[in-house]
Amino acid sequence: MNEIIKPSVEKVIVTENLTKKFGHFTAVDHISFEVKRGEIFGFLGANGAGKTTAMRMLCGLSKPTSGNGTVAGFDILKQSEMVKKNIGYMSQKFSLYDDLKVWENIELFGGIYGMTDSEIKLKTDELMAKLNFENERNSLVKSLPLGFKQKLAFSVSIFHTPKVVFLDEPTGGVDPITRRKFWELIYEAAASGITVFVTTHYMDEAEYCNRVSIMVDGRIEALDSPANLKEQYNARNMDGVFQQLARKAKRIDA
Amino acid sequence: MNIIHNNNIAVSCAGISKHYKKVQALKNVSFEVSKGEIFGIIGPDGAGKTSLFRILTTLILADNGTATVNGFDVVKNYKNIRECVGYMPGKFSLYQDLTVEENLEFFATVFNTSIKENYDLIKDIYVQIEPFKTRRAGKLSGGMKQKLALSCALIHKPAVLFLDEPTTGVDPVSRKEFWGMLKNLKKQGITILVSTPYMDEASLCDRIGLIQNGSFLTIDTPEEIIAGFGQRLWAAHSKNMNKLLTDLRSNADVKSSFAFGDAVHITLNEDYKTEQLRHELEVKGHTGISIRTIKPGIEDCFMELSKSEKY
Amino acid sequence: MILLLMPVIQIILFGFAMSTEVKNTKVVVLANQADEVTRQLIERIDASQYFEIAVIAHNSGDVDNAFRDGTAKLAIIFENGFSKKLTHEGKAHIQLIADATDPNAATSFVFYAGNIINSYQQELMPVQSAAGLIQPEVKMLYNPQMISAYNFVPGVLGMIMLLICAMMTSIAIVREKEMGTMEILLVSPMKPIYTMLSKIAPYFVLSVINFATIMLLSVYVLHVPVAGSFISLVLVSLLYIFVSLALGLLISTITSTQLAAMFISGMGLMLPVMLLSGMIFPIENMPGILRFISNFVPARWYIDAVKTIMIKGLSITEVGTDVAVLSVMAVLLVIASVKKFKVRLE
Repeated sequence: MNEIIKPSVEKVIVTENLTKKFGHFTAVDHISFEVKRGEIFGFLGANGAGKTTAMRMLCGLSKPTSGNGTVAGFDILKQSEMVKKNIGYMSQKFSLYDDLKVWENIELFGGIYGMTDSEIKLKTDELMAKLNFENERNSLVKSLPLGFKQKLAFSVSIFHTPKVVFLDEPTGGVDPITRRKFWELIYEAAASGITVFVTTHYMDEAEYCNRVSIMVDGRIEALDSPANLKEQYNARNMDGVFQQLARKAKRIDA
Repeated sequence: MNIIHNNNIAVSCAGISKHYKKVQALKNVSFEVSKGEIFGIIGPDGAGKTSLFRILTTLILADNGTATVNGFDVVKNYKNIRECVGYMPGKFSLYQDLTVEENLEFFATVFNTSIKENYDLIKDIYVQIEPFKTRRAGKLSGGMKQKLALSCALIHKPAVLFLDEPTTGVDPVSRKEFWGMLKNLKKQGITILVSTPYMDEASLCDRIGLIQNGSFLTIDTPEEIIAGFGQRLWAAHSKNMNKLLTDLRSNADVKSSFAFGDAVHITLNEDYKTEQLRHELEVKGHTGISIRTIKPGIEDCFMELSKSEKY
Repeated sequence: MILLLMPVIQIILFGFAMSTEVKNTKVVVLANQADEVTRQLIERIDASQYFEIAVIAHNSGDVDNAFRDGTAKLAIIFENGFSKKLTHEGKAHIQLIADATDPNAATSFVFYAGNIINSYQQELMPVQSAAGLIQPEVKMLYNPQMISAYNFVPGVLGMIMLLICAMMTSIAIVREKEMGTMEILLVSPMKPIYTMLSKIAPYFVLSVINFATIMLLSVYVLHVPVAGSFISLVLVSLLYIFVSLALGLLISTITSTQLAAMFISGMGLMLPVMLLSGMIFPIENMPGILRFISNFVPARWYIDAVKTIMIKGLSITEVGTDVAVLSVMAVLLVIASVKKFKVRLE
């Protein structure tokens, strides 16, 4: 599947003792992990465990208090601009501009990431064909059904073929069928060599990941493949694993 | 006032429809909820859950149909309803710049009661947030806010409690806790209508309605809905799950196939044997194949039922 | 769309309609003998673009009345036997009395009137060799020291109260809608009208405090005395606060976002108050359509009432029209907002 990987970019995300403190509060506490190219990496944790903060640091949006990390081969401290150029981002809340047309959204984001017009045009046609979107090309995004929007938002986030795409709860509130179709897109992206870094509250989705990390109180409490985690914690499914780990949280949730 | 035919009915809807401009939010919805029941309305965003709740809590008017809550008509007797229901809207609806305690006091006053009067009802929930009672509501974490909002919705001991997506965006541990609290409230005789996009919460309800595109796919107990699945469901595994899904999709004898956690859930044409399938998958190069029959979950039912809907 | 139209409207308003220039100012004339010279001079004044003779007074009481009810801003009073004195004694007095509640305008009136008189006199000179000197005597009514605060204090009152009441009330209520707390309050047994009143109350108190502060500042720091009855002033102000609150309530019922509420109260209220209330630009100078519109701006009536009571020192009975108009507005606004106010979300 991943024959064309160059050894130098094998590790797309590397962090070493990444830490973020807000005053006395340590939101992210010395986390170290590696994510390989083409991997689907599940980033789980209870509300307030530090997921969002960690993700913001990896996207170059927030400076770590200590520790370091590289994303797509670039230092998140010193080369945050380069990091931003080489990643894609999608969340449930922000996806696309509602009052722009489908193709306008694509062109806008393509343009933001510095793609050439001819490249954008070519890839737009490809994308429209792949998603069966030809008829919706000129529709306003807000007129699309939620499932369509979600797919489009994801496709736009990987339109510039980033090395990593960060997905922040991408499937919240989506119906089960659309949710599964969405994961099929994720698989496809991963198969094409894009690393997928995803947070979710759906524990069955954690099973779709190659590896899963579970954050508790700012630290990574467990990191392994779903199968190994289930074995290790003697749980029937990932929900069982999560419940065991997250209940250990001492940080007062307030 | 309407004659109440059945004293045991807490909520009833008959032929409720609602549209906004071009969107038909609810299409001819009818259902009944008995007193003391936990009734789950389960469906994705945009299915019409919030509109339904707003009609029942007298916040908006339906285009067609009638509905009663606790025996009161939602249009004519809206004032009576407002005295006997508790409501927790989807958006966090507390005063962010008031403290936990002030919020609770405020809502107690609004409902002409005091914290003391119904303290035993909210005690179990409130003790968990009491240590932070001087903190501003805006500074609470998701789980805590949710508990505070629930306390505020309960402060006047409502007969019917409406919870609109109380667990959306909340982590699995807090969600489990929250459902534990609902079970306790049920014991105190409160009827609870709760909406959620999470299918796995269905089994915690007494009865559920699966809603999609403004109408119910089915309404029944979770057990009955599962029993009504009507076909055998298989869970298939192989070493290469991604390829497995593609191969299953291309097999004409596989009626449906959906990734489900670490397995693919499939239904097969009637005379197609699993041995045949196993053989065909082996031919395609799969290893570590396992195909075993499993009990369907609500999510399987939802997908099966919504397939017949225009997608 | 609105953003595109805004500059166009403003430019047109400022360019054509709004001017501080004196134009067609109403004048009351008192001349005991209608002789040739007075008649000519009166005609000159009436013919100029600046003035328009509104009242021919027969005695000083008429002049007083004209000022009091605002029918005239400038009085030209010829002394007894004006023409005779001019020819025989070589000089005659003419008195110019200006309503100086707006000191800038008053200065202009006097200046233009003086110019007309001067030029008339120069024409007169060569024809009648014996022509004497017309000596204008200027009097600034109500505001002899020409303190500009006399003009802006009523304006500030009119604006601040509207801002606090209408803008803040509407924003506070709409905020609850946005936060979702309105949903809970509506689903509670509390009567929606109490919810509204409880939202209005703090801003009512705030405006009363503001009123008191402005009063204290203007009397003790700016030395603008309250010439008339303080009680009357308070009563009129309370009425105005009431109108503003009702306006805020109405805005809150028709908007659903704080931004929209802000925009409507900002653009829909602030601008008219600034431009059409007579605070900066005299209403008399506006073209008919704007003068008509200004009738619907509550601040116009309030500012007029405050000027009359506070600066001119007249009693509340002299501002009957203002009070009546404000009362009607209050009633209509309350009816409208109660009608518009919904017991439901939509």
